[in-house]
Amino acid sequence: MAINWFKYAAPTTFYGLAGKMIPWFAVSAALLFCAGLYIGFFVAPVDAQQGEFYRIIFIHVPTSILSMFLYLIMAGYAALGLVFNTRLSSMMASAIAPTGALFAFISLWTGALWGKPMWGAWWMWDARLTSELILLFLYLGFIALHASIDDPRRADRAAALLAIVGSVNVPIIYFSVQWWNTLHQGSTIKFSGTTMHVVMQQALLIMLLACWSYAFAVVLARVRSIILERERNTTWITQIPGVAEFPEAKR
Amino acid sequence: MSLDIWMRENPLAYVWIGSYAVALLIFAIEIAMVIHKRKITLQQVRLMRDAKNETFGNETYGDEE
Repeated sequence: MAINWFKYAAPTTFYGLAGKMIPWFAVSAALLFCAGLYIGFFVAPVDAQQGEFYRIIFIHVPTSILSMFLYLIMAGYAALGLVFNTRLSSMMASAIAPTGALFAFISLWTGALWGKPMWGAWWMWDARLTSELILLFLYLGFIALHASIDDPRRADRAAALLAIVGSVNVPIIYFSVQWWNTLHQGSTIKFSGTTMHVVMQQALLIMLLACWSYAFAVVLARVRSIILERERNTTWITQIPGVAEFPEAKR
Repeated sequence: MSLDIWMRENPLAYVWIGSYAVALLIFAIEIAMVIHKRKITLQQVRLMRDAKNETFGNETYGDEE
């Protein structure tokens, strides 16, 4: 049975679909966080060089990966909205930005906490750290630019340009450890294999999946509010659950 | 300097409080903000519907009592 994907590009149908998906992602995220934290703290062995401090990896790496991927997804949606003038794409881009910014912030915060015991400093003007900080500023710039323009369609277009141009920063973050001499270590898990303990890998993977599930749940919940806000003048909005079952207020 | 000593004596507490507790707090705040935003938006939509019905006399969504 073929799925008509274009059907879900309309806010009217996506609103309901998102509502059905949120509980699944939210429950998955909660369970995966519990499992990941348990394995990361109680099962994974202590690192030979870094001791207990290495356990920051289970939140630092997933949030860093998510901050980069979410930016690319946001820029992709923004580009779709700009090129095809699709309403939902721009709404998705707006919904992703705050979550991406928070992931970038957590990445920088946990990185600082890891850097202090390992490098002896909270912050270094290192290529990886600086480019991640620029990513946070790009997210904040996107949110601020969008909020500063009253007309939502014009705001979508202006913010989309910033998102697309800013996407050049993502490969810079990723390859910064190869292109420049940096304090930040390179990738531990590569296509060619890894020296990491298998339990550490499992905890890392589970925490990564937890962060993905959390991000999906929150972004879908936020995009539903954006759809409600933007489509509030349409008839279908008055028939959705949460609006239709509330009778008109008596005056 | 005292923080340096404390973190080396209590590495797990440092990791938990410093990074995981902060991250989970940020997630909790974000969830609360998303839920609050939805409540406010639904309220706005209902108010707009009511205002529209009052202006144009729409009988479809009115209270039938």
